[in-house]
Amino acid sequence: MAGGTFEKYKSDGSLAGNVLEWFDARFPATSMWKGHLSEYYAPKNFNFWYFFGSLALLVLVIQIVTGIFLVMHYKPDAALNANGVPVAFASVEYIMRDVPGGWIIRYMHSTGASAFFIVVYLHMFRGLIYGSYRKPRELTWLFGVGIFLVLMGEAFFGYLLPWGQMSYWGAQVIVNLFSAIPVVGADLSLIIRGDFVVGDATLNRFFSFHVIAFPLVLLGLVAAHILALHETGSNNPDGIDIKEKKDERGLPLDGIPFHPYYSVKDIVGVVVFLMAFSAVMFFAPEGGGYFLETPNFYPADPLKTPPHIAPVWYFTPFYSILRAMVWNFFGLDAKFWGVVAMGASVVIFAFLPWLDRSPVRSIRYRGPITKVMVTIFVICFFILGYLGTLSPSPMGEIVSQVCTVFYFGFFLGMPWWSRMDKFKPVPERVTMK
Amino acid sequence: MKKFLIALFFAPLLAFASGGNVHLDKWPGSVGDKAALQNGAKLFVNYCLNCHGASYMRYKNLIDLGLTEQQVKENLMFTSDKIGGLMAVAARADEQKQWFGATPPDLTILARARGEAGNAGAGADWLYTYLRSFYRDAERPTGWNNVIFENVGMPNPLWELQGQYALNHETHKLEPLVAGKLSPAEYDKAISDLVGYMVWMGEPQQEFRRTLGFFVLAFLGLLFVVAYALKKEYWKDIH
Repeated sequence: MAGGTFEKYKSDGSLAGNVLEWFDARFPATSMWKGHLSEYYAPKNFNFWYFFGSLALLVLVIQIVTGIFLVMHYKPDAALNANGVPVAFASVEYIMRDVPGGWIIRYMHSTGASAFFIVVYLHMFRGLIYGSYRKPRELTWLFGVGIFLVLMGEAFFGYLLPWGQMSYWGAQVIVNLFSAIPVVGADLSLIIRGDFVVGDATLNRFFSFHVIAFPLVLLGLVAAHILALHETGSNNPDGIDIKEKKDERGLPLDGIPFHPYYSVKDIVGVVVFLMAFSAVMFFAPEGGGYFLETPNFYPADPLKTPPHIAPVWYFTPFYSILRAMVWNFFGLDAKFWGVVAMGASVVIFAFLPWLDRSPVRSIRYRGPITKVMVTIFVICFFILGYLGTLSPSPMGEIVSQVCTVFYFGFFLGMPWWSRMDKFKPVPERVTMK
Repeated sequence: MKKFLIALFFAPLLAFASGGNVHLDKWPGSVGDKAALQNGAKLFVNYCLNCHGASYMRYKNLIDLGLTEQQVKENLMFTSDKIGGLMAVAARADEQKQWFGATPPDLTILARARGEAGNAGAGADWLYTYLRSFYRDAERPTGWNNVIFENVGMPNPLWELQGQYALNHETHKLEPLVAGKLSPAEYDKAISDLVGYMVWMGEPQQEFRRTLGFFVLAFLGLLFVVAYALKKEYWKDIH
């Protein structure tokens, strides 16, 4: 595992060897390589669900690299050009048409945004079913929740930049939510916007957040997430600790070095992922109107509110929870409680390590109650997500309220239902199924 | 009174018109048909570009329709624009707003904007239906109205070709008043070509995008075989 001490590199007398020895004496090259890759022992029974961590890292790299090239040509300017089109909007079409290869870069970035959330949701689901957040990996999980929060902010800020109708009105709706907070709300939303309406000031600060502030925080959290993981070692589908069974050299019997075993395995995952990614990017870059919402092909018009403002699909479950709150409590507006519920629905993931009281980690050795609860939770998450893409309706409101109750019930009831279940005996060693 | 009741009955239908919940005729064309696209480009610059801009699009991109620079200059450019210039509109936005009640939207990516969640290609169907749904309406300042876009600001710019229709409020069908230069079948074909051009203009590299996509997927397919063999080789001793 990481944190161990590794011998410094000794030169064989060759020039390259001497350079490497000089370097390694001054920088933890050997210990980082060995501690995190070639002598980081991971359980040998990782299954399909274990691809999504490395894929999330891949998408992060895709977003950063394509983002660098987009920033070279994109102009965060809400002023109208000679043809009456906002400069920011026109600059995106300029990238799509006039910048050589610009359309590939732009579609990679727009598809990457949705892909990021797909792999992160699957990665989180993996943690949920195999109890990866349980002791001693609570901090890894907390950094992960932090990554998710920052990612949502990053996506939200980025979505304003094309300055289309949905960019504009989506930002307007979300920033207005902050005004529901008592006392400070109005000033808070004013500070976020930098103006009384979403305008050039908003566009410029969102651009700054999107390309500098949030990516920096994201990279820091990703580093912390991986360092914390490598300190404790990875969980596995059986949810048992591989460090308890070691060979005479002190290496876990069920562990294999991350490199080369998981590096070559992850390459397979990367290729399959890139095939799916390319299929969307080259054949359906709009993602059926869900990855690139079609109203966003109209430039932002502050005087024309679209009939239906829908957030991008990855926000819709939380948006539904926001809309499900229609009651005024304690003299505070329903909108405020909607914001509270929406915030709580995201932050509540952070409490999972302490809500789960089951004696075993993995769903494999947990009984029907867990399986039913997780299934209901996933179904509710999908229903909420679907309803969030639709216009409000009386039926949708009731369904989303029921799903919201189940959503929070899953978490808040966990200290009880997670203990009540029937449990199967956990194996001594990992199983390869 | 009867008319009023019918209008009341259809009002919700019309209210949905711009929301996309109305039946749309399927656009029969394809963006692979170069001759149709050329004809569509001709119709576009003759009938649309006077009031609408296509201001993200450069004239020189029309060369991709299988034309030479000379052909584009002689047949598709009527103003002092340069071949490398944007297909901007000459009319002034504020004046147009006075004439029509709204500034005509830029058309470069309108076919994409008219798509729907779950059906990004619906924009072509909408345009194909819209341009064939104009009828005479004495109550409108322009004398024109449209079945799927109620009280639209635009009079039918293609009336010379299509002729004029009236809306039968009983059957909710269009009935011919005056014949145009083109027969209904010819007009449908012309509109199909025009819509094809607008779909192409929304993303001129879309055919290349799909072609490139096949090569990328083929490459990844090969890479998968290699990557999988590599994984198998490394993992053969792990049980």
